[in-house]
Amino acid sequence: MGKILVKNKEMVVPGEVIVEGMDYLPAGNVFRENDKIIAETIGLVNVDNRLVKLIPLTGFYKAKKNDVVIGQVRNITFSGWLMDIGCSDLATLNLRDASSDFIDKKADLTKIYNFNDTVIAKITNVTKTGYIDLTMRGPGLTKLRGGRLIKVAASKVPRIIGKQGSMIHIIKEKTNCKVIVGQNGFVWIQSEDPVNEKKAIDTIRLIEKESTTEGLTEKVEGLLK
Amino acid sequence: MSYTKRKDGRKFDEMRKIKAEVGVIKNANGSAKFQIGDTIAIAAVYGPRNLYPKFLQNPEEGKLRCNYNMLSFSVDERIRPGPSRRSKEIGLVTERALSPTVNLKEFPNAVVDVFVEIIQADAGTRCAGICAAAMALADAGIPMKDLVSAVSVGKVGDKLVVDLDKSEEDYEEGATDMPVAILPRSDEISLLQLDGEMEAKEIIKALEMAKKACLELNKIKKEAIRKKYKGEGK
Amino acid sequence: MDNINKEYLMQILNKKIRTDGRKFEDYRDIEIETDISKNAEGSAKVRIGETEVIVGVKLEVGTPYPDNPDEGTIIVGAEFLQMANPEFESGPPSVQSVELSRVVDRGIRESKAIDFKKLCIEEGKKVWLVLIDIYAINDDGNMQDAASLAALAALSNTKMPKYDKETEKVDYKERKGKLPLSKMPIECSLAKIGEHILVDPGLDEERLLDAKLTVASIGNKIHAMQKAGVGTLKVEEVETMLKLAIEKNKKALEKINKK
Repeated sequence: MGKILVKNKEMVVPGEVIVEGMDYLPAGNVFRENDKIIAETIGLVNVDNRLVKLIPLTGFYKAKKNDVVIGQVRNITFSGWLMDIGCSDLATLNLRDASSDFIDKKADLTKIYNFNDTVIAKITNVTKTGYIDLTMRGPGLTKLRGGRLIKVAASKVPRIIGKQGSMIHIIKEKTNCKVIVGQNGFVWIQSEDPVNEKKAIDTIRLIEKESTTEGLTEKVEGLLK
Repeated sequence: MSYTKRKDGRKFDEMRKIKAEVGVIKNANGSAKFQIGDTIAIAAVYGPRNLYPKFLQNPEEGKLRCNYNMLSFSVDERIRPGPSRRSKEIGLVTERALSPTVNLKEFPNAVVDVFVEIIQADAGTRCAGICAAAMALADAGIPMKDLVSAVSVGKVGDKLVVDLDKSEEDYEEGATDMPVAILPRSDEISLLQLDGEMEAKEIIKALEMAKKACLELNKIKKEAIRKKYKGEGK
Repeated sequence: MDNINKEYLMQILNKKIRTDGRKFEDYRDIEIETDISKNAEGSAKVRIGETEVIVGVKLEVGTPYPDNPDEGTIIVGAEFLQMANPEFESGPPSVQSVELSRVVDRGIRESKAIDFKKLCIEEGKKVWLVLIDIYAINDDGNMQDAASLAALAALSNTKMPKYDKETEKVDYKERKGKLPLSKMPIECSLAKIGEHILVDPGLDEERLLDAKLTVASIGNKIHAMQKAGVGTLKVEEVETMLKLAIEKNKKALEKINKK
């Protein structure tokens, strides 16, 4: 039988030993060294049966197939666009995946998506060398007009969305804003009134800062009264 | 003459007062400030991000790149701004001190940039920089197998000491400075330099003193990290 | 970092409000901390919003310029540290940082805030050189004003080291007497975006502005101006900006004097 050295929900830093024993398996943000499983990032311990993982508290985004992300056009090539989705490499959107609408071969690509345009796209493939493929063919995948883009830690996205979208729903309703959260931590906000936009942004930043605090939902509702 | 008393009354194996803070440069992906005695270092991390020029990219894994710089007014005699041979060397050994711990296999072709700036210097600046950098890397979410700690040990006069200040480094009757960086869990050494005159057995003894100091440093760094993230969890 | 495009920014500005909720003539919160680096003769850190700049003052002894044999002088340098903004590149100081340092210099020099004659040690032979080094450590827009304020704060807490005429060496451990700073030429930067004039541009506003004007003033006297940006300014716009800058700088001086 192994030994659990850190209780669930306690914070650990890189290099800290979480459990000892070969029965346990590393399951996320941890690694095995001999018979020990050790933290690789700052996070909260989560031991479920034999699986040991960390709920990361820091976090840049790691591209995953099928994630719906928000991106910005950084470059246009002969065959498509290169998008910033918060990864170290730009992601690729090919002409043939660019839209459910028909695109003429001789089309001016800047007329479809121009530099710095913001779009919602889906990741179709991630190779070992970090090459990321996107598509914008599909429901809900479209160019976003106007609005602002803020970046939050990708690890906080689930909290910002909430259980079955409950948290994001409160924000949208109470601030009267359109809010779309990409899995990559890019969040798009748009409203008629810039004051509302700021309210939504402040709320999202609060959730990002206190994501695992108990009673966060009540706190958010209080802020948005 | 024997070296009997340290200027600030410390014991020979005692470090100066330490203050550590995580998250001090808002634009950076991760950052930290580390102060030991009167030496203050700030480290900021950007990355993983695209690495230019392309020929420097490594398709197997990401690259760690460290930059060390002292602000012109951080010392008594003003330093002309800009890179110097010394700062380039310290950047390199800082990188060597940190790279055994970072795991950049998941970021091929990318770079993680670490910038260390010394705001105020009273000896031990490269070690302070490494401590700040380790916290900054953790703050940026870079996967690491341990948090490196660094301290300078050495000999002042006839005594082995931990954490030399400037007056000790400049001690008239001779002093030796030995910066060391240690991975606390495994006691592996990732930075080792020596500047002066010491015998082998003294060096080994000093290394043991460094190990103890690094364990303490690790606790302080962990506390600083906790403080920033304490809004989370319990 | 927030991201916005010019079209949308104009939509927001047309509603007479800024992206961070400020009114056009509002400055962000300012924090000043002095004596942040002990080995400097004087030092300060200024934060405007999230923009942070550190300045240190060092005194060295040098030979005076031949046409001003009884005057010392200031030498201002600035560096945008790479940590301040992911887009800052390594290498020699960028032309923007050179411009920033020269505008800070102008404000101090032209207002005669420091009596250069009091920096004379031995006429024709030795004078004090006041080296003001500016380092931007976090860029959230308007590093210019933060730098200028930090320079003034650092100068106001600068103590003179001792110069030994015999050995011709400076003793930095002995510091007595304050630097002869008699005025505070505060700088205010304003951005023009479309037809809107905004005080203290934030990062996005600085990136998207048409023109920017930095004004150094004491009371109703203006000692330095610098127009930046590729767009143009109309005379009426300059008039508006001068009026705003003078008002803001007066208010800032009041606040500083209270401290």
